[in-house]
Amino acid sequence: MKIVRAAAITLVTLVLVAGIAIPMTASPKGWLEFPTIRGLEQNARNIFFHVPIAWTTLVAFLVSMFYAVRYLQTKRAEYDIRSVASASLGFMFCFLATVTGALWARFNWGSFWNWDPRETSIFILLLIYGAYFTLRSALESEETRARLSAVYAVVAGLTAPFFLFLMPRLMGGLHPGSKDDAGGNGPVLDFKMSPNMLTLFFIGLIAFNLLFVWMLDIRVRVGMLEDYRTRHKD
Amino acid sequence: MLKHMATSFQSVAAVLSKDVQSELRVRYAINALVMFILTSVSTILFALRYERPTPTLFAGLYWVVVFFSAMSGLSRAFVGEEERGTSLTLRLIATPAAIYAGKLVANTILTLLLASAVTVLYLLTFPGFSVQSYDIFVVTVLLGAVGIAAATTILAAMIAKAQARGALFPVLSFPVLIPLFMTVLDATDKALSGDDFGEAFGDFQVLAGYAMVMIAGSALLFAEVWND
Repeated sequence: MKIVRAAAITLVTLVLVAGIAIPMTASPKGWLEFPTIRGLEQNARNIFFHVPIAWTTLVAFLVSMFYAVRYLQTKRAEYDIRSVASASLGFMFCFLATVTGALWARFNWGSFWNWDPRETSIFILLLIYGAYFTLRSALESEETRARLSAVYAVVAGLTAPFFLFLMPRLMGGLHPGSKDDAGGNGPVLDFKMSPNMLTLFFIGLIAFNLLFVWMLDIRVRVGMLEDYRTRHKD
Repeated sequence: MLKHMATSFQSVAAVLSKDVQSELRVRYAINALVMFILTSVSTILFALRYERPTPTLFAGLYWVVVFFSAMSGLSRAFVGEEERGTSLTLRLIATPAAIYAGKLVANTILTLLLASAVTVLYLLTFPGFSVQSYDIFVVTVLLGAVGIAAATTILAAMIAKAQARGALFPVLSFPVLIPLFMTVLDATDKALSGDDFGEAFGDFQVLAGYAMVMIAGSALLFAEVWND
């Protein structure tokens, strides 16, 4: 975990500094200048923050679902702690993705919120997290809380393919890869970025995921200690 | 195998007929639902007066009433068992799969009845609400009702064990139902604007897929919720 922590701190700092500081010019010379993307200009810098954060949100959601299934299989409290820790981090990343996305939308598409299918799907994810934590607070017995919230995580996860893959393709939208995106190749995997931007982008992906792993580890350890304390109160 | 299937079919039918009978005996849930639909539709009537909304807006107004009346009706499926104290007996005499299937069918019927009542009221009271393509409309309401029942039956079983049941049910259901809503809204819009049946076919595929995924997932998970 020490290596993960060091790597997460170094890489996130690197991405933050490089993403903001590297100049953007029309005709880039060398590795330390980004080309200007027409229509995005300086706003393109957000691609190093917003997109990795949004992907980490999804990773956190999947990790939470994975541990929910493990809990239902084994009924070990440890897996519930891991599942809820990942969900609460996912909620934080989801919030950050929404804020960075709304800011980007304001300066690129004209308003903070446009109900583009991907904006809708991140909104659904926020609602799912909200419902998940509301459900947990409404259940008193620890065992029931762990069991039912695990079931809800899985049921909510079942709808994910619909709003992640089907809706954005069926409906027109603003994000790349929407139905009426001229020249778009379906998924958002065709980035049209220069090699040095792509490198920083993938470093960003790794950085935010490592940050997630490190924070998850801390959360799980805190959760385990709290669990131990409630079990050995007297 | 055949004999096994026949007995499980019998127990599903028994759970269903038990629900229908106990509902018809007291009728307060149905009465309350009818009044709920009447009040919500008349609120919209008062608000609209002589306006002529677009098909898109009408599709939204239609499904808002169906959603909230379904939310107040479908939660009863398991809350009623807990309130009457009959869930223990039910747990003893039937398998979780049979109970889930029976409740799912009961909820589907209830949602279909609700949607039909809302449709009739809308057709009678709103002069601007005219269904141009009945084939799209009927299939949309059918698949929509099955989808709503499929997604919410397991959630109804979950909230029966929680505090603040009434408020919790729509909170849990709404995020899960959004993909369904976006699709039924699109299809209803098409039905009200008079599109050809083929144009709504993509929507029907999504709706059928959604219902199948939700039923399969709930059937696998139901025992976890039902057995303490």
